Amino acid sequence: MIKNNYQLVVIGGGPAGLAGAITAYENGLSNILIIERNEQLGGILQQCIHNGFGLHLFKEELTGPEYAARWIQQLNDKKITIMLNTTVIDINENKEMTIVNETGLTHICAERILLAMGCRERTRGAILTPGYRPAGIFTAGLAQKLVNIYGYLPGQEIVIVGSGDIGLIMARRLTLERAKVKLITEIMPYSSGLIRNIVQCQEDFMIPLRYNTTITKICGQDRVTGVMIANVDKDRKPIKETEEFISCDTVLFSVGLIPENELSQKIGISIDPITKGPIVDQNLETSVPGIYACGNVLHVHDLVDNVSSEAKRAAMSMINKTNKPILINVSFDKNIRYVVPQKLTNLNINELILSFRVKNVYRQAMISVKSNDMVIYSQKKHIMTPGEMIQIKLISKQLEMIKDDLFLSIEVNKNE
Amino acid sequence: MNKELTCINCPIGCHLIIELDQDQKPIQVTGNRCIKGKEYAIQELSEPKRMLTTTMRVINGEKPLVSVRTSIPIAKDLIFQVMDIIDNTKLKAPIMIGDILIPNILRSNVDIIATSNNKLAINHLDK
Ligand code: SF4
Repeated sequence: MIKNNYQLVVIGGGPAGLAGAITAYENGLSNILIIERNEQLGGILQQCIHNGFGLHLFKEELTGPEYAARWIQQLNDKKITIMLNTTVIDINENKEMTIVNETGLTHICAERILLAMGCRERTRGAILTPGYRPAGIFTAGLAQKLVNIYGYLPGQEIVIVGSGDIGLIMARRLTLERAKVKLITEIMPYSSGLIRNIVQCQEDFMIPLRYNTTITKICGQDRVTGVMIANVDKDRKPIKETEEFISCDTVLFSVGLIPENELSQKIGISIDPITKGPIVDQNLETSVPGIYACGNVLHVHDLVDNVSSEAKRAAMSMINKTNKPILINVSFDKNIRYVVPQKLTNLNINELILSFRVKNVYRQAMISVKSNDMVIYSQKKHIMTPGEMIQIKLISKQLEMIKDDLFLSIEVNKNE
Repeated sequence: MNKELTCINCPIGCHLIIELDQDQKPIQVTGNRCIKGKEYAIQELSEPKRMLTTTMRVINGEKPLVSVRTSIPIAKDLIFQVMDIIDNTKLKAPIMIGDILIPNILRSNVDIIATSNNKLAINHLDK
């Protein structure tokens, strides 16, 4: 039955998949296939028309489509097969898969797979908010697609729930298109978005933003007519007496992203309950040998440059892979939400990048990495916030000191 | 007198402190981690500028829109006037990334350029 055999199949043609495929090709793999379910490569970048991409990798500030084009252009002189409008409908741990597109069903087999499916938006906020289900409720990313790809304005008077980057960027985008953004609500006392987006998206356009505030109800039957909002107490529960009505015809939810791992689950790959992405080792290899993961399918990133770099690392490590003699777990203290990779299976590497997120805002705190109670790395950070993915690099001198499981901690300054 | 600003030139978002003299002229900028922060602070106090990114309508294209940006940051005060011009302009496909779509908009020395491609729609090709 198996018709086609590839050295590498990359699932997803966004920033992770593109960088992974190109790096693998440049380092000696041939017979590479990229499977993309959309009609064009570039993934979510195509609808992210704002600038701010590429500062690390290209040393200039590009818009999303320009950043995607930089990578797509690199495919020109490479023999990499691309299948657009193609979906993986079945896949197993032997790296056999069934794909479907306009030519019908095809069975393919891969020596290696790179998972690069990206992430999707959380919809929990919209689902859990009481009220009818009138027209006019969107996730911020869907609204972004409507405005930037189809040229359709989702509404005139808008309330945005959540002040993460996508929410802030959509607040500016809709304001530019002459919609009125009446309010951005944020349940936390701080925004998870970048400060620059607070300045250039919210403050520049004088869009009201209320912290410690949530929406408690969506009003309207056929079309949204408004929302009820309320302040929250320190347990993030709405305070009934503070409830107030804000009229609007559209509500956007920008309440976070979640790795898209339906295929990984089908294969039987172990998933980290916190990141919601595969558990990987220093090679970014999942629990199924020969299957690697990178980018937002592994854990949600804030910067696309980091997605591309991670994809490059995955591609390099699948080429330079050595066998797995050891098992070292990476654990962490209560101030840290997660660390990727979750385990190490080989210390014979030049460097190790640990990516993690913290649970609260910490100022003047110390990041420390210990192995067998010995500090092998420490660094003081001016500020760490839950919205920012932090990466630290251990070099071979430090890796040699790893004798037992790794333990990451944030040592908080008691005087703060 | 001091003034505080956040640099928006990169994701770090440095907290800038600008020391001003009696005439509100900047004497010294601190808090920036690179030269861009200082330049930004001085520009922001005289004439704030921003990159503008938006979309334009395309006739005959394979897609209804093309994404665009200003070639360099443009005066913040001009942004809505620029949006009016952009929204009232219809372009013809094909458009290639980097094409200058509106040169020197509002005589600002800033061009509006395409940030993506939009090819001619297939059904227009065979005509
Ligand atoms: S001063 Fe430099 S490092 Fe700091 S935010 Fe501005 S551009 Fe970034």
